[in-house]
Amino acid sequence: MEFEPVIGLEIHAQLKTNTKIFCGCSTSFGAPPNTHTCPVCLGMPGVLPVLNKKVVEYTIRMAIATNCKVERRSRWARKNYFYPDLPKGYQISQYELPVAQFGYIDIETDGSRKRIGITRIHMEEDAGKLTHDPDRPFSMVDFNRTGVPLIEIVSEPDIRSPEEAGAYLRQLHSIVRYIGISDGNMEEGSFRCDANISIRPKGAERLGTRSELKNLNSFKHVEKALYYEINRQKEIIIDGGRVVQETRLWNPDKNITTSMRSKEEAHDYRYFPDPDLLPLVVDNEWIDALKKTLPELPDRKKNRFISEFNLPSSDAEIMSSSRELADYFEECIKEFPKPKQVSNWIMGELLGLLNAEGKTIDRSPISSSNLARLLKLIDKGIISGKIAKTVFEDMANTGRHPEEIVEKKGLVQVTDVSAIEEVVSQILADNLKEVEGYRKGKKKLIGFFVGQVMKETKGKANPKIVNEILKDKLAE
Amino acid sequence: MKITRDEIVHVADLARLELDEKFINKFAGQIGDILEYVDTLGRIDTKGVVPTSHAISLINAFREDVLEKHLDRDLALANAPEKEDGNFIVPKVIG
Amino acid sequence: MNLHELTIQKALKLLKEKEISSTDLTRAVLDRIDAVEERVGAYITIAGETAMEQAMLADRAISTGNISPLTGIPLAIKDLICTEGLRTTCASRILENFVPPYDAFVIKKLKKAGAVIVGKANMDEFAMGSSTENSSIKITRNPWDLNRIPGGSSGGSAAAVAADMCLGSLGSDTGGSIRQPASLCGIVGMKPTYGRVSRFGLVAFASSLDQIGPMTKDVTDCAVLMNVISGFDPKDSTSVPEDVSDYTSFLKNGLSEITVGIPKEYNAAEGLNPEVADAVKDAVRVMEDLGAKCIEVSLPHTEYAVAAYYVIAPSEASSNLARYDGVKYGFRDKEKKSLIEMYRSTRSNGFGPEVQRRIILGTYCLSAGYYDAYYRKASRVRTLIMQDFDNAFKKCDVILSPTTPTTAFRIGEKKDDPLAMYLSDIFTLSANLAGIPGMSIPCGFSSAGLPIGLQIMGKHFDEGMLLKVAYNFEQATNFHKQKASI
Repeated sequence: MEFEPVIGLEIHAQLKTNTKIFCGCSTSFGAPPNTHTCPVCLGMPGVLPVLNKKVVEYTIRMAIATNCKVERRSRWARKNYFYPDLPKGYQISQYELPVAQFGYIDIETDGSRKRIGITRIHMEEDAGKLTHDPDRPFSMVDFNRTGVPLIEIVSEPDIRSPEEAGAYLRQLHSIVRYIGISDGNMEEGSFRCDANISIRPKGAERLGTRSELKNLNSFKHVEKALYYEINRQKEIIIDGGRVVQETRLWNPDKNITTSMRSKEEAHDYRYFPDPDLLPLVVDNEWIDALKKTLPELPDRKKNRFISEFNLPSSDAEIMSSSRELADYFEECIKEFPKPKQVSNWIMGELLGLLNAEGKTIDRSPISSSNLARLLKLIDKGIISGKIAKTVFEDMANTGRHPEEIVEKKGLVQVTDVSAIEEVVSQILADNLKEVEGYRKGKKKLIGFFVGQVMKETKGKANPKIVNEILKDKLAE
Repeated sequence: MKITRDEIVHVADLARLELDEKFINKFAGQIGDILEYVDTLGRIDTKGVVPTSHAISLINAFREDVLEKHLDRDLALANAPEKEDGNFIVPKVIG
Repeated sequence: MNLHELTIQKALKLLKEKEISSTDLTRAVLDRIDAVEERVGAYITIAGETAMEQAMLADRAISTGNISPLTGIPLAIKDLICTEGLRTTCASRILENFVPPYDAFVIKKLKKAGAVIVGKANMDEFAMGSSTENSSIKITRNPWDLNRIPGGSSGGSAAAVAADMCLGSLGSDTGGSIRQPASLCGIVGMKPTYGRVSRFGLVAFASSLDQIGPMTKDVTDCAVLMNVISGFDPKDSTSVPEDVSDYTSFLKNGLSEITVGIPKEYNAAEGLNPEVADAVKDAVRVMEDLGAKCIEVSLPHTEYAVAAYYVIAPSEASSNLARYDGVKYGFRDKEKKSLIEMYRSTRSNGFGPEVQRRIILGTYCLSAGYYDAYYRKASRVRTLIMQDFDNAFKKCDVILSPTTPTTAFRIGEKKDDPLAMYLSDIFTLSANLAGIPGMSIPCGFSSAGLPIGLQIMGKHFDEGMLLKVAYNFEQATNFHKQKASI
């Protein structure tokens, strides 16, 4: 019997506003414990929340970017439960009337496109941080993070494989960074993912019993955990057992999920409308104004790169993977309108360099303009591709323009045919044995000759011309 | 509608209250009386009536995304029953 | 002249004219507290030293001609309102040593107006109660009869004013907690329109019903305090950006343009004491004599108001009180070694029985399976109650009723019958549900010499109208001039 997995993902993204959702405390990461707090986010007696307008703006922009219906009227709700990192004993969230619903994004896996529905997007406040003392029976609570704004994005259970889950995650991640509302950093916790997964016989309509997976700290872990869970559930069913509805923790060291059978499981959150906050009313004018602030989104950009620049899909995917990279790419093309060459150099040399130095494109030591200029030099035949690589390195280290480097180091390619002929003749004269070998059939020796010519010319001879002249002379 | 002892215990648990037997029985009786009284609400036809969550019809109270002065950490922790190194201390959550 | 017997308005005049000093006035009040506090028990915390400091600063301000609306006036504050650096307990063991690091918005306003804060007044724990017997700290006794309750939950604030232990006080009102004690102690108390006064710093009981309001010796003082405490607060999302009128401008004669409504459903109220009913009937006659037109109105959903309130208020309270968990402030049972035991023991030992009862009731009404039948249903009934008032106010300007069905009952008399206690809120809690303003003024005495209160309710933000009607009645009757002989 063939099974198919049914997967839904719940993402929480921290919004990078300056201040918290309901008070004026800083949201910046890494401050000493309890130094970014005030009576409001500490949940002291008598305090009241006031909504940060920017949180609403960021959320609506996300809703538009994911094709959601923005609800003209939405409400705040209290989600009641007890935990030390939750100072008020309830989390302010949205329940019955979230700010956005019924959206979707289109993902691509293995060349085929698929639409994944987004059930809802809503706003809520983050909780504090609880750290457990390893030696003593205590835990420490730091409320700096309490009240940092979150959006929760819930997908429809449309996802049918770990790859699809990965593609969905990556695109949402790309979008939040594109529109500038979140750092989207999974390791730091500003982008979190929980998964709901069940399996059922292929083609069946009824859903199987699902388990909820937590502690998924990277895209890879999400995919691995889903793979593991699919197999675990398959085996249970094949053995004639029943999958239990529960929460399971992914263990990244052992690559397994384990059951979280804690008493906290059966929660009755007793949701009710928060009386301290007013209904949120959003009008068309506001939505239109926010729509105008959105940049071209990654999916659209990728498709445009394919159609407008004739880039292959894989190149387009990478070039559009971040807004900064896409901007760099397009700026470069403006000066040097040969997109495939540009993308080759970016994917090959530039990203390699940046990765090695742990830098992102916005900190590239080579400007898009300089890269364009370098490519022009190659295109005009002034330097060879090989020499260009050394010029590239030099540019990265010094920040100088490519022309400067070429001139200073005398790297201009030799294209003078007679000059090359002279060198070729010399090389052939000095290597008669190899010449004989070549003429007797060892065609691979051409490489040796080319190498020698290049050595003699310090790499500056135009390789194409070298090859042609060699072939002529060897054919004689 | 009277409330059962089990229901009182369950609800007390949700509210993190621990009632001793004496209280459970007393509360079950008193709360049962109150709920019976409150059940009179069931007599009214409220079809189509919108629930009121706010006594005044205001919308959209916002603040700007502007930093305000933080509470001095010493003051934030001044009332803490237990604290250490700038953290609030609680009995361990797990185990 | 016994300075502690002055009204705010009279004291301000004498202070301005430099006939008395704030230091003398405050000293007199503190001496009065010394003399009677043991019998009355109005205060949880007496801030004698800081009060005298504030009085000295007030005197300095007056000498340089720097006079604000309340310069030098000694006031008591219900211990449910946060005062920076001054212990705020909510009359609960769970906050027994809590010192707020911030002032409530109204406190900031009082300080800016130059007021002197004499102390924090006793109350029912977390404002849950109608007799102040639910305080975990002490009992407050009614200055008119020390064997009787002062009302609640702002019982300490009311007793302090009635016994001249302050010149005025702030209380809070969720279902009648200002008006009822004002009525039982023979003073003036007002619950403003919801959103008129900021709730920032008011420890929340039922967020959609709570309001802070003045408790004073007469109507003029009430208007003076309302001027100071009213107004928009950006830190309270439910605070209304509506201009504050000068409430004292309404204190003028003439009720001839006014129509007074008497709800017919209120006559049939359970347990309405005949002497109370009569006093109110007499009051209506006075209104007519003063030129007002009196008509009958109907508030058809009156019989459901108590039920709706006792679902909504405890539900909101159960959530508001979840923060008292022993983690960040207040009492913690430190013997308990696991988190969940700590939570349970802290809350069970920190909260009194009435608070626990309401938390359980509220949690139940919000819990899965019961939310629709209880909370949602009650919220719908609330809409109907609001509509009742909207309809009534199409025909009249104000609505009159007794504030409470009886005069002050004996201490301990109703303690074991919570439902009976709840039913005594029948006249007051509708105003909280509807968000409309209401005030109680003295309108007579029982044959046992106990004060009877008249309640006046009005349209949203029509506090001026209430004050006008109250002022005229007060001028014509002088009940407010009688004092408890303590």
